[in-house]
Formats: sequence, structure tokens, C-alpha cells
Amino acid sequence: MWNLVMSIIPLSLAYTAPLLIIALGGLYSERSGVVNIGLEGMMGIGAFAAALFTVSMQGTLGGATIWLALVVATLAGVALSFFHAFASVSLNADQVISGTAVNMFSAALTVYLARWITGSANVQIKRFFIKTDVPFLSKIPIIGPLLFGNAYITTYLVLAIIVLSWFLLYRTRFGLRLRACGENPHSADSMGINVKNMRYTGVLISGALAGLGGGIVIMTYAKEFSQLTYNGLGFLALAALIFGKWKPWGILGSSLFFGTAMTVANMSIIVPALKNVPNIFLNTFPYVITLVALVLFSSSSAGPKASGEPYDVSKR
Amino acid sequence: MHKLKAFLSDDKNQNRLIPFLSIILGFLVGAIIMVISGYNPLAAYSKLLQGAGLYGNLRRFGETLVLMTPLTLTGLAVAFGMRTGLFNIGASGQMLMGGFAAIAVGLLVDLPKVIHLPLAVLVAVAAGALWGMLPGILKSKFNIHEVVSTIMMNWIAVWTVYYFVPTYMMGKYNTESAAIPDTASLRFEWLTNLFNGSSINFGLLLALASALLIWWVLEKTTFGYELKAVGFNRDAAKYAGIKVNRNVVLSMMISGALAGLAGATFYIGYTDNIKIGELPSLGFDGIAVALLGLNTPLGVVLSALLFGIMNAGKGFMQAATGVPNELVQIIIAVIIFFAAATQLIKRWLRYFARNEKKEKANGGEA
Repeated sequence: MWNLVMSIIPLSLAYTAPLLIIALGGLYSERSGVVNIGLEGMMGIGAFAAALFTVSMQGTLGGATIWLALVVATLAGVALSFFHAFASVSLNADQVISGTAVNMFSAALTVYLARWITGSANVQIKRFFIKTDVPFLSKIPIIGPLLFGNAYITTYLVLAIIVLSWFLLYRTRFGLRLRACGENPHSADSMGINVKNMRYTGVLISGALAGLGGGIVIMTYAKEFSQLTYNGLGFLALAALIFGKWKPWGILGSSLFFGTAMTVANMSIIVPALKNVPNIFLNTFPYVITLVALVLFSSSSAGPKASGEPYDVSKR
Repeated sequence: MHKLKAFLSDDKNQNRLIPFLSIILGFLVGAIIMVISGYNPLAAYSKLLQGAGLYGNLRRFGETLVLMTPLTLTGLAVAFGMRTGLFNIGASGQMLMGGFAAIAVGLLVDLPKVIHLPLAVLVAVAAGALWGMLPGILKSKFNIHEVVSTIMMNWIAVWTVYYFVPTYMMGKYNTESAAIPDTASLRFEWLTNLFNGSSINFGLLLALASALLIWWVLEKTTFGYELKAVGFNRDAAKYAGIKVNRNVVLSMMISGALAGLAGATFYIGYTDNIKIGELPSLGFDGIAVALLGLNTPLGVVLSALLFGIMNAGKGFMQAATGVPNELVQIIIAVIIFFAAATQLIKRWLRYFARNEKKEKANGGEA
């Protein structure tokens, strides 16, 4: 049993990290009042950009490649999210349709470019993050090997970003303003806050984090880009965002929960104790539990109130 | 020129022009991408149309109609939802469940074709309706937005197929089901021969009949009027005595049923088996079809034909010119983007109309 836990927990953390950072991206966007169905697409373009950058630079840049690849992934996510921001904030377009267009555009463009540049729909990389034991911390009995042994350093990067985000959103003026735009843009506007700018900021940050999440997927456990490497992770992040009640610590919990479910589902083939559990239960679990959670939350509407509504100055 | 200007400043005309301008812009962006990546866009588009059989190849045109079939139905599913105030983004999952149910009936039951085929189609419709019913209930009872719940249902569908297909219906590989027997296929030999051996099937007639039926329901029946009233204004509809909650559930079920039928036409009419681990993109394409068709049945049929042409010709285009076939999906995404960003196109049109006005005024003074 201990061995099983020892093998599941570190792997779960590896799966949780990208999920968490993408869901956090969704949080910024929705808190500012823009629904972001396009997380999947923004993650995809980040994943592709990271893979492409690594393939073309892994010979010349050496060890720095993997970190720069994450930067490139982040920028790619920002670039794609700009279109979503432009449509939803400046043009008052339907945010769900715009997000869907972003997803389709990203899925098609990345494979188009992959075929054009490398001749196949897959891009394999030779440099990536390697699992290491964190010095000193991994020596702590019990918790050490579980949380700090055999881990990707990116996981701690993600955890740092979530702590920072909590501080930014709940302890600074910027955070209060951003959240106000998602709750009641009209009163935010009347207090002199530029709602459009805030919403642009929210969407662009969400693109950055989703892109970074895609980069982390490629640079840690996937090690190659293809459509199947991230199939549906952006939507799973959306589920984590909802199940986490649109709050940083909430999505930390829900991402861990879903990440573990994903790991157990993937491992069920090799673990004797889980062999007889049909994978349908583990695989559908995050989505089913999110629907159940939505029913339970329904009386106390947990989400940002104005999320999904274009800001129309003339409507009060 | 004066007439054109007057025409362009009218809001209704602008709304009608948007689909056409979106299509043009979509192909324009596609051309720009091809030029940047070193391909000749005119040659590629020409091959795209040739591959779709528009230059007279009957078999290829048959394939265009084959792909137009599920697009018509997913387009109808989304459009019907939109008309009744629901955004059914789950057409993909409903289509997948419909196709999965049809394949299951095809493989697990042994019957003569006269019973087997109608049974498979009906079960597909029922499965799609069921997959749409749950989000409908969640919306009416708990006020849960259908976009969120249908997205969850999409992935539940993916993993359901992922489990059941290898376990009970495995084909040559464990990533796909076995091929269905002829008794459950929507293809008929005389129809195949009529189009020189294309995989055209009976689904096309079902799709066109559905379009007619949906038109009739929406425009000619009290039921359709009530559904549209709920879509326009829920509160007013409720005040007028319409059972809003019941209608929301029924709308989602009808929308899901159409998507389920799309699954039947695709999986037992075209591919003959079902692959695991993927959502059919035709469900999302349905959003584009509905948007371009302005959510009317006739418009849906016409835009489904356009997307059918693009999807049927893309393989030929890739083989003949080397342009990756994903180009078509890029164009569709761009079309959706512009069709959603109506304000942008309207702004351009207004700007254009105003400039005409100014020039006239300046000319008059001089």
C-alpha cells in the first residue's frame, strides 16, 4: 500500500501542475467578467510553441532552452488570448462562441504548422525537465519523499504562482478592482475603474497562464507535441475552476483531486488493486463530480455574477 | 453608389451580409496563411473545389453530400437551441453518444435490415435526446448554465465510449470498434451505384427531412412559437402562461436528438465503426453552420453544403498541393470568429457607407 501511495502521489503532482495553472488562468479571466472556454486552445498553442522552440533551439541554447521554452509558451498563450479579449471586450461578441473559435483555430493552426515545418503532426523534443529530488526537503521523513522527491521543479513554480495570485487578487487594489469588474462592472465603472482595461488584463493573464500550462505539459511528462498529448485538459481545468468555486485555494484542492483521479485512472492497468475497477468511473469522475457540485452550489451562486456578460455602458 | 450606401446603412441588411462577409474573410485569412507558408492559395482552393466534386466528378460530389449530412444535423441542433434561447455546445457529445448507440445496436443485435437499421437510427436519436435531457433538467431545475453542463457531458461521452468500445465491441485494434454489418448500415447499393461508388447514404434524406420538420415546428406550430417565446424572454413567456421549465427540457432533448441523428448518419452511414478517445469536430462545426445559416433551417442546409464541400475537398487538396488539410479547420474557426464579432463587420460597413456620404458631400460643394 505504501509503495502504491509512493508511486501515485509524485505522479499526481506532476499531472496536477499544468491543470492547476490553466484553471488559475481561467480564474483571472472569469473574475474579470469574461468567460473563457478557449483555455484548451490557449494551452494548445503554448504546448506547440514550447515544442517548436525546443526543437529548433535545443542544439544551440543548451540547458537554458527548457526555461526559455516556457517563456515562449507563455507569450504564445498571450498572443492567442488577445483575439478572445478583442472579441469579447471591445466588440461585445458572444464570449462562448469566441472561445470556441479560439479552440478550433488553435487546434487547427498548431497541426497545420507542425505539418508544414516538420512534415508530421507530431513534434518530439530532446531536452525537457527531469524529475529530481529537492535537496534537504526530500530528506524529511514521510512528507519528504512524497512531496519533494522525484518531482519536476515546475510544480513548485506553479505553487509559487498560485500563492502570488491569491495575494494579488485578495490583498491588493488591483485584485479588488479586477474582481469588481466581474461582479458588478457598472458600479466599478462609476468608481472610476476602466472596465475594458481590467477585462483585457484578465483575459491576457489567463492566456499567459494557460500557455504556460501547455508548455509545462510538453516540457515535463509529454515530451512530444501532438493533438493527443493534451486532449481535453483545458476543459478539465474549466471543471476544476468551477469545482474550486472560482477561488485560488479552491482550485488548488480541486486540481489536486482531479490530478490524482487522472493518475489513478492511468495507473489502474498496472496496479493489481485497481485492475478490476472499470476505467470509466475514474475517467468520468471529474466531470460527474463537477455536475454534482454545480447542483449543490446552485442555491448559493458561487461564480462571478457578471461573468459572460458583455459590458454595456448604457445598461444599468 | 447612393443605393449601395443606403443598403449598407440598414441594420437588417448588415445582419444578412455578415455571413457572406465572414466566409470571404475566412477564405482571405486562409489565403494569407498559405502565402506566408509558401503555398499558392488559388491552386489550393481550386483543388479544394475539385476534390469536392464541383468540377463534375459525381463520386466526389457524393462524398461532399455525405459530409454535409451530419453537418446539417449538428447545425440544426445548435440552431434549434439558439432559437429557443439555449446554447448547445454539447452537440459533439450528443452526436458521439448517438453514433455509439447506433454502432452498439449494429454490432450487438442480429436482425433483418428492415428492422435493424430503423432500430439503430431510433436508438441513436434517443441516446442523443437523453444526453441533451440532463443539461436541460439541470438548467430548468437548478439554473445551471447549459454551456458548462454540456461541456461536462461531452467529456463524459468521450470516456464512456473509451470504456465500452474496447470492452464489448473491439475491432481490429483496441482503439476502435468492429465494423457494423450491412443490415445496420445507412448505405444502400442502388444509392452507392447512383453516385459511382461513393459512400453516400440514406442519412442525407433524413437530414433534409429533419430540416423541413424543424422549420415546420418553429414556424407553423404553437409548440414552436412557445419555444421561441421562451428564447426571446423567459419571464414574459412565463407570465403568458407558457411552461418555461418543461420547454427548456424539451428544447434540449430535441436539440440532442438532432445531434444523435447526426451521429447515426456519420458512424453507421460513413465510417462504419467508432474510434475511441476523440470528440467529433463536426459537433463544433455545427456552431459555425448555425451561425452562418442565421439559425434558420434553410440557411443551415446551405451552410452545411459549404462546409461539406470544404471537408470533402481537403484531403484532395493536401495530396495535390501539399497544403496541410487543417487549413480548412482554420478557415472555419476564422469564419466563426467573424460571425461572432458582428460589431467589427458592422463598424466596417458603417465606416464604408459614411465615407461614401462624405465624398458625395465634398463633390457637391465643389
